[in-house]
Amino acid sequence: MSAPPAALSNRPFRLTFPPVSGVLRPRLLLTGVGVAVGAFLLFCWGLTIGDYPVAFTDVIRALWGSGDAGTVIVVQDLRLPRALVGLLVGVAFGVSGAVFQTMTRNPLASPDMIGLTEGAGTAVVAAVVLGWTGGLGLSTLGLLGALATALLVYALAWKGGATGYRIILVGIGVSWICSSATNFLVARGNRFEAEAALGWLVGNLNGRTWSQVDSLAIALAVLLPVTLGMGRWMRTLMLGDDVAAGLGTPVQPVRLALLLAGVGLVAFGTAAAGPVAFVALACPQIAQRLAGTSSPPPLVSGLTGAFVVLGSDLLAREAIPGTELPVGIVTGALGAPVLLWLLIRVNRAGSGG
Amino acid sequence: MSTTDPRAPRTPESPSPGPELRAQNLQLAYDGRVVVENLDLTVPTGRITAIVGANACGKSTLLRALARLLAPRQGVVELDGVALRSVPTRELARKLGILPQTPVAPEGLTVLDLVGRGRSPHQTWWRQWSTADEEAVHAALEATNLTELAERPVDELSGGQRQRAWIAMAVAQGTPVLLLDEPTTYLDLAHQIDVLDLITDLNRREGRTVVMVLHDLNQACRYADHVIAMKAGRIVAEGAPADVVTEATVEDVFDLRCRITPDPISGTPLVIPLGRHHHDGASPAERPENAVTTR
Repeated sequence: MSAPPAALSNRPFRLTFPPVSGVLRPRLLLTGVGVAVGAFLLFCWGLTIGDYPVAFTDVIRALWGSGDAGTVIVVQDLRLPRALVGLLVGVAFGVSGAVFQTMTRNPLASPDMIGLTEGAGTAVVAAVVLGWTGGLGLSTLGLLGALATALLVYALAWKGGATGYRIILVGIGVSWICSSATNFLVARGNRFEAEAALGWLVGNLNGRTWSQVDSLAIALAVLLPVTLGMGRWMRTLMLGDDVAAGLGTPVQPVRLALLLAGVGLVAFGTAAAGPVAFVALACPQIAQRLAGTSSPPPLVSGLTGAFVVLGSDLLAREAIPGTELPVGIVTGALGAPVLLWLLIRVNRAGSGG
Repeated sequence: MSTTDPRAPRTPESPSPGPELRAQNLQLAYDGRVVVENLDLTVPTGRITAIVGANACGKSTLLRALARLLAPRQGVVELDGVALRSVPTRELARKLGILPQTPVAPEGLTVLDLVGRGRSPHQTWWRQWSTADEEAVHAALEATNLTELAERPVDELSGGQRQRAWIAMAVAQGTPVLLLDEPTTYLDLAHQIDVLDLITDLNRREGRTVVMVLHDLNQACRYADHVIAMKAGRIVAEGAPADVVTEATVEDVFDLRCRITPDPISGTPLVIPLGRHHHDGASPAERPENAVTTR
């Protein structure tokens, strides 16, 4: 690694009043702003697409409620929910992935690898195929499925404290059990039911409504500050449990809080858009490399997630004219090479734990 | 004692002797398997203490309990008369630092960043890099001779440099008590001496209380003021190196016969192990490569 140019090197700042001090990280800041701007452009671009094309500048005007009434209705009522769900789901998955990867010190330990999204899928498919929805929507069922799976993984991995490595191993096991259960249910159900379930399992932004935006936005408004507020502890947890404890980190409470926040983020995200593949796994790793940090930066990971989901959705809608692919197919296709690359790199470094 | 003994110039009236670490009637267990039983211990404040013993005798377990990484099943560890379990986490981290055995730094983490994290017990979310933090980190880098390497990733350093970086983190934490679990593991001899000299400096200059688990008896004798010999979860002997490291104790603790001679440099005990092939009866002339061939 070569020395960074002086303009990008970290420098301390201290204010005498209020007594605030910290370290300014220009490269991290620049990456964050760059990705955020990129995500915003993709967000607006997505709003221009549809049966009734709207020019880019008109979209931006319509977002603020000015311009002609018809355009405002098309943009705000018809297209905005989809774009917002894409944005928020990307943020939720990106931050959640960063939390899990930091906590377990393993890039493979993203929520889509340790069974949370699989668990959500099993719950939804079971409800559709067996007809036991209990009056709950598919999204709520997905949420409950992810939460139940997380509890199961944590309980099984607990042995006088849950370590990262055990969470991964148990999570992969639970993930396989869930996917077997899903496959069994799909095979057992009739064709119509199976198709309905599969549509959700891929991860999809088609036909999102404001109600999905609302619940996801509320979840993010609560969980995002909680997660970012624990950033300081995440930095010590990365050094290992014993070192973190020695540095005054309340290891098990922080781990549990991070786990709950991470699970909540991914559960609400999955509930809104289905298990959009690989976003939680790949985006924190991309953000880490862009920002040149030694662990995934949570906020920038979230912004990268938004960029990737919005970009993939654009690709999904524009790649084959006349059809709308589910966004999960695109992220899956793009994410698979990232996973392979990660597997090779982690194996070579010999630091799987 | 020879005049080169580094212990001599210590001033007994050094300011603020630091907190006292004690263990009483300690029983420690992993998964129901009792590892340490009925152990009482008072760590000499402002001194270097070395815990020695055979593999799996419970010395690392004891160190973990002293650092509150392991809750005792029975008994209590006290810091200045207060049970460790009732000391707030952050306050404990300002008084007592622990460096576990062979910690692993995340890939790409720089030395400066690692050492900086040693300051976290002194930081809040609005005060993340105070002048005191910066000074402590620079002093720690200076003391460990790592200032030049501050911007390098820890995983790219040599084993000795890496271990110094971790010790620098513990130094920057600025605790009066420092616990080290086998700080010389996996280092070559020169780096072992390097690390032990550094630990001695920290103790002599700043009066920090050091407790370390060591494998090498001769190094323990040279560098520690107080040696604790453990066997099967109990303390067999403790005291000054010359009193503890005797032929009888070594045979008892390590199940190894030995001869002890004064270290020609430090005057502390030097253990010379005896084995099946090397013992009093086996004089050099009897060994085949030394046999005189007559034609």
